[in-house]
Amino acid sequence: MAVLDILVYPDPRLKLVSKPVTQFDEPLRNFILDLEETMRAGPGGVGIAAPQVGRLQRIVIVDVSCKPKIRHHGRLVLINPEILSREGSAVGREGCLSVPEYTGNVARAKFITLRAQNEFGESQEYQMERYEARAVQHELDHLDGLLLLDRLVSRRDLFRRQTQEAAAPKPKES
Amino acid sequence: MKKWFMLTLVGKDRSGIVARITRALYEGECNLGEASMVRLGGNFTVMLMVQFAGNEQAMNDLIEPTCRSFNLHHHVDPIEGELLHHKDPDVRITVYGADRSGIVAEAAGALAEKGFNILNLESDVGGTAEHPIYIMTIEGIAEQGIEVLEEALQKLAQEKGLETQLEPIDTLIG
Repeated sequence: MAVLDILVYPDPRLKLVSKPVTQFDEPLRNFILDLEETMRAGPGGVGIAAPQVGRLQRIVIVDVSCKPKIRHHGRLVLINPEILSREGSAVGREGCLSVPEYTGNVARAKFITLRAQNEFGESQEYQMERYEARAVQHELDHLDGLLLLDRLVSRRDLFRRQTQEAAAPKPKES
Repeated sequence: MKKWFMLTLVGKDRSGIVARITRALYEGECNLGEASMVRLGGNFTVMLMVQFAGNEQAMNDLIEPTCRSFNLHHHVDPIEGELLHHKDPDVRITVYGADRSGIVAEAAGALAEKGFNILNLESDVGGTAEHPIYIMTIEGIAEQGIEVLEEALQKLAQEKGLETQLEPIDTLIG
């Protein structure tokens, strides 16, 4: 296993669209181990996407289990992931391993339904909410060449969004 | 060697201020750092980090013609330019209510007493001319934890008739 080099913006590879994975073999699984080690080597990283280490394939790892008191699915390897539905919207603060020394506010869906394959090619569906859903949306953006910098919400929007949300009916808890 | 200055500008809002000022600075071989530029009550205000090889007087001379043509007041202070050492806020607080004198002093005082370090504060006056409302969004660091801030805000709401909200900011790193 090895910790891989993380690409940092303005590296142009971070703005490219990644290709689907077609072969679920041993080299893929070895790469995933390296990718996970890279994610865990950084301070506080809860997710990583393959293009962040220069491999333009639709692979992400998310693990938000270190955060207390939230619902999550533990360590997830998500290959060829696809968001099937989105509900609600919330603004939250995000940083990125590929954009050091910057954090910004980003609006994301609060609830998502996701379909993805694991490292053996098996397809699974997940219902995700809030922090975990945010982490997945952040990582999936990397697969389409999008960074949090492409989705910033201005500070003045924040209050407006919060009050709109407070007035809107809450979605049902799944 | 270039040194850092904080340039402050204030004047009646007109279009073209930013373009003209930054052009003059660029042509004077200045480099710009972080900035906050905002329209406040019909005035355009600028706080701008400028890196420049000359002294305060030379910078004043550089922007003087533009300031005169836009009728802007300006002020230059030598500063330490601490870039790439961001502090990330961990709490967002909103305070609003019928506008009156004292809201900011009461809120900021109550929060400072409980170890709250303000990193960013924005406020607007909205509502109608007969019933103006004051809306303030603050981001900062809860140096003594969030619970004591929540108590302080509850007290503020009860005693001063203000609406208060506190939201932890859990920055996601992905």
